[in-house]
Amino acid sequence: MKWDEFFVTGEPMIYAAMVSIVLVSVAIVAGLTYFKKWGYLWRNWLTTVDHKKIGVMYIIAALLMLFRGGVDALLMRAQTAVPDNGLLDGQHYNEIFTTHGLIMILFMAMPFIIGLMNVVIPLQIGARDVAFPRLNAVSFWLFFFGAMLLNLSFVIGGSPDAGWSAYFPLASSEFSPTVGNNYYSLSLQIAGIGTLMTGINFLVTILKMRAPGMTLMKMPMFTWSILITSVIIIFAFPVLTVALALMMLDRQFGTQFFAMQNGGMDMLWANLFWVWGHPEVYIVILPAFGIYSEIISTFARKNLYGYKSMVVSMVAISLLSFLVWVHHFYTMGHGVMVNSVFSITTMAIAVPTGVKIFNWLFTLRKGKISFTSPMLYALAFIPIFTIGGVTGVMLAMASADYQYHNTMFLVAHFHYVLIPGTVFAVIAGYHYWFPKVFGFRLNEKLAKWAFWFIAISFNVTFFPLFILGLNGMTRRMYTYSASTGYGPLNMLSMVGAVGLTIGFLLLVYNIYWSTRYAKRDTTGDPWDGRSLEWSTPSPVPEYNFAKTPVVTKLDAFWFSKKENTSLTEGEYEPIHMPNNNGQPFIMGVAFFFFGFFMVFSWWIPAIIAGLVVLGTMAYRTFEKDHGHHIPVDEIERTEKALRGEQS
Amino acid sequence: MKAKWFLISVFFTLSLILSGCDNSLLVFDPKGPQAKTLSDTIIFSIVMMAGILLVVYILYTFMLVKYRASKTDENYEPPHEEGSKWLEITWTIIPIIIVIVLSVVTVRTTSEVENKPVAYANEEPLVIYASSSNWKWHFSYPEEGIETVNYVNIPEDRPIEFRLYSYGPITSFWIPQLAGQKYAMSDMVTTIHLAAETPGSYVGKNSNFNGKDFAHMEFEAQVLTDKDYEEWVEDVKETAPALTESEFDELLEPSVLGRKTYSSTHLEFRPAPEGEHAGHHHGGSDEETDTTHDMHMEDHK
Repeated sequence: MKWDEFFVTGEPMIYAAMVSIVLVSVAIVAGLTYFKKWGYLWRNWLTTVDHKKIGVMYIIAALLMLFRGGVDALLMRAQTAVPDNGLLDGQHYNEIFTTHGLIMILFMAMPFIIGLMNVVIPLQIGARDVAFPRLNAVSFWLFFFGAMLLNLSFVIGGSPDAGWSAYFPLASSEFSPTVGNNYYSLSLQIAGIGTLMTGINFLVTILKMRAPGMTLMKMPMFTWSILITSVIIIFAFPVLTVALALMMLDRQFGTQFFAMQNGGMDMLWANLFWVWGHPEVYIVILPAFGIYSEIISTFARKNLYGYKSMVVSMVAISLLSFLVWVHHFYTMGHGVMVNSVFSITTMAIAVPTGVKIFNWLFTLRKGKISFTSPMLYALAFIPIFTIGGVTGVMLAMASADYQYHNTMFLVAHFHYVLIPGTVFAVIAGYHYWFPKVFGFRLNEKLAKWAFWFIAISFNVTFFPLFILGLNGMTRRMYTYSASTGYGPLNMLSMVGAVGLTIGFLLLVYNIYWSTRYAKRDTTGDPWDGRSLEWSTPSPVPEYNFAKTPVVTKLDAFWFSKKENTSLTEGEYEPIHMPNNNGQPFIMGVAFFFFGFFMVFSWWIPAIIAGLVVLGTMAYRTFEKDHGHHIPVDEIERTEKALRGEQS
Repeated sequence: MKAKWFLISVFFTLSLILSGCDNSLLVFDPKGPQAKTLSDTIIFSIVMMAGILLVVYILYTFMLVKYRASKTDENYEPPHEEGSKWLEITWTIIPIIIVIVLSVVTVRTTSEVENKPVAYANEEPLVIYASSSNWKWHFSYPEEGIETVNYVNIPEDRPIEFRLYSYGPITSFWIPQLAGQKYAMSDMVTTIHLAAETPGSYVGKNSNFNGKDFAHMEFEAQVLTDKDYEEWVEDVKETAPALTESEFDELLEPSVLGRKTYSSTHLEFRPAPEGEHAGHHHGGSDEETDTTHDMHMEDHK
């Protein structure tokens, strides 16, 4: 292989990206050295097993990915803003929409949610950590290095270019001969293993580590949503693991599972992909429902309306999510019977989803609604998501789908579901729980400006796409002629995309502003919250709860405040905590190199990196590490300091 | 105020989409019975959905206007409400009824468009094989013994049966004003039934991404009167060259081409993957597999 095949050449934008990557890396290394922060970074972050810090790292990575995916999105909208545009060529455009989809779903939405659940779940259930703290660190580093591997592709070797669904035979080595889709199979595989372990970890955490008295039906709704999401992850991700492994064998080892020769079945890939891919949609949307439930009831100052039916509808959605994957290819020609069955199961999802919408509306009734920044996102979610929902029902009708399939109508629909559903939710959750983690609130005024930019620009960007779809514009077209008449609406959409960019930039500026100037919160409960996480001081000490709370009902913390009772009793006792450990990080690095060498089919270095991975696992099995205890006087000191009392 | 902003933007855009109906959005401008069925189905579903949106938006506006903190008494403490069995049953049952109605419509219209148009039930359809290769469409008329590339002429008022397959990645065959789309795949043949009732030229395209020049994979579907169609066929038979196997192999090479016309079809030497040529052959029972292991996609059977 020659160097010009190794590096991506001939693209000015990519040269600029290479230069900036190098400069940023140098700046980071120099900065860390100058300020002598290497030790701090290693001890406090890279080796941490604290669920809150892992959550923060997930969220930082997700925000970075939001911008990477956002730049892709902006380039796509810029390219299609005018007919016959020459900003990007076909190949570059194909790579951009592929990585946009992959990054936004797998390396932005999901990690953001996993980040929030890492921060919040143990706090909400009154636990000191997750069930398997070190496994949690492994999960994070696998996600992180999987994401880095995919991001490396656009400067080294070339990005995947067969769409985020990577349909065969297009994604086979015959039609996609570059290494791009090797990156696809390997980076998703590495990150996916991490996600699967997160699912197991949180299922066990929620089932086994709840505070005394917290029965399943007394859990906060966000915890419920994560419990159900974890179950979906555990059932769905093994399918992805297998599909990606078969893809890798097809592309790099000459098998013919999906590729065209010798009886490979292209639609088998489509089936496996969507058997995972459809539940994946609910993996990113159900936690959002949980976040909104928390926020709406907090800022309406009311308990959640119809708690039981909320739980039942979420369970129903999780079951149905596995029964609808065929609606992604109604047009495959499997006839009236199959299409009808899947139409009906798909439309059925609208029923439990509708139940939830009405329950949220009735939570607002007789409430006392305050329009804080998290609440604004939650309130904007209802009308916008409903459009996404009803267009989903329209798409679910197989016959009608023959006219929408693969068009901009579909693109508009899933952005109307995913952005108000998932993106608004994680941003809302991020504003909501930010003071819990850092001890101060983000600036409300800046946050509201960002909100209005995002909410309005979102509609400007994506509503035109419904109309374009009905006018026959298909998705993934890198160019079109002026005679199609698609120009003006695409231009409008571009204007919206610029507005969205401004909104997201304000979001980040707010972090800088608030870190410097925001007033510190000493109550631990800045929003007058309802669930247990607000009973701890902010920022939360590493052990979470100095004394384990005892729960008697739903929203126990809310009632303890109203009735002026305490959730805890007894004396402080020494707290047992796990030790920090560097192996998860080392394992992640080894996985990264394993993936990288595999992408280029450099077998010997790949085998060596693979052995390092196995070595870390072997080392772990022989290691004795019983953690450490935090003594009582240290707990007392920490609690006093954090609650703003003088010791 | 905030709620109103949303309502305004939403209603503005909604009215835009509905006003599109009497304009000329391709999907709402059908030129044949199958596309008409789909257009009617879509408009029906939009009306139903607009009703649902209306209910949600009215409730939403009411809640936000009435129960905002700035309008309530400072000492007002919201009540504790577990929920209401009857209300929750109501908003479960009504969506179920809506889904049932839509399901009936879906099943009925799906079976309608998957079969020969009702009005032409007794007529023999004109069979046209439409196969895709990167990045072009090949149309074979076995009945007439002719073949075209990147354009298809069809007679009006006659049922047409398109049989779709692919010589490469999955594509989706779509003429929005005549019928809904369907996939063309390498190992099986799928079918679209349609009829065209107004002579004219219609846009046809591939809507499933298949690589670099996907955006250029369009074709013209021209509906001709019976007489014009007959004349065109005669003309092709007399003037166009025959399609040889080697020329067809060249056509299969990835490229973007203009139109081509031939007085024979590729079906004789490259039959479609149907009947005994159908796909899903697992293993080497087929004696040809040994001799065709060169990587040419067209050798796939």
